[in-house]
Amino acid sequence: MQLARVIGTVVATVKNESLGGRKLLVVQTLDRNLKESGKPMVAIDSVGAGVGELVFWCRGKEASFPFKREDTPTDCTIIGIVDSEAHVTNK
Amino acid sequence: MILARVVGNIVATQKNVRYENARVMLCQQITPEGEDTNYSCLALDAVDSGVGDTVLIVQEGWSASTASTGKAGAAIDSAIVGVVDHIDLLADEL
Repeated sequence: MQLARVIGTVVATVKNESLGGRKLLVVQTLDRNLKESGKPMVAIDSVGAGVGELVFWCRGKEASFPFKREDTPTDCTIIGIVDSEAHVTNK
Repeated sequence: MILARVVGNIVATQKNVRYENARVMLCQQITPEGEDTNYSCLALDAVDSGVGDTVLIVQEGWSASTASTGKAGAAIDSAIVGVVDHIDLLADEL
């Protein structure tokens, strides 16, 4: 899992049917100092995240586990919303 | 598994149901010599680790999920599975 900032949304009309109704968000991964790290990627939302929020994502096959259909084709899913930047302890 | 140092944790009220009662720790990967790399990540705590501890993180879903929640099939891709006491390197002995 890594911290990320939601920086946009993706609209895709034609997609795998198990992705129907799912929100696709563009996320920018952050390092522990909340600085950008690496390139942005697209993640499916499972917690109701929105643009601008600080979130964390899960990668790999586990990314499909929050959904009822475990064949949901995703390798990156937002699984939590960090309450605020102040709720990230970094010593 | 990777070596890392626990540098903090995060608080998330809105999260996947399988994360209830779990501690999500912020970890900085380190080299065996103890230097920071440029990779940091989040991991669920399965061994009561604390800030400043050098830890072992498993980055594989089945193991991470089982270690931190007792059951497989959760959306968890990394977990802290050990607190490192010390590391012996061949280079130190030469």
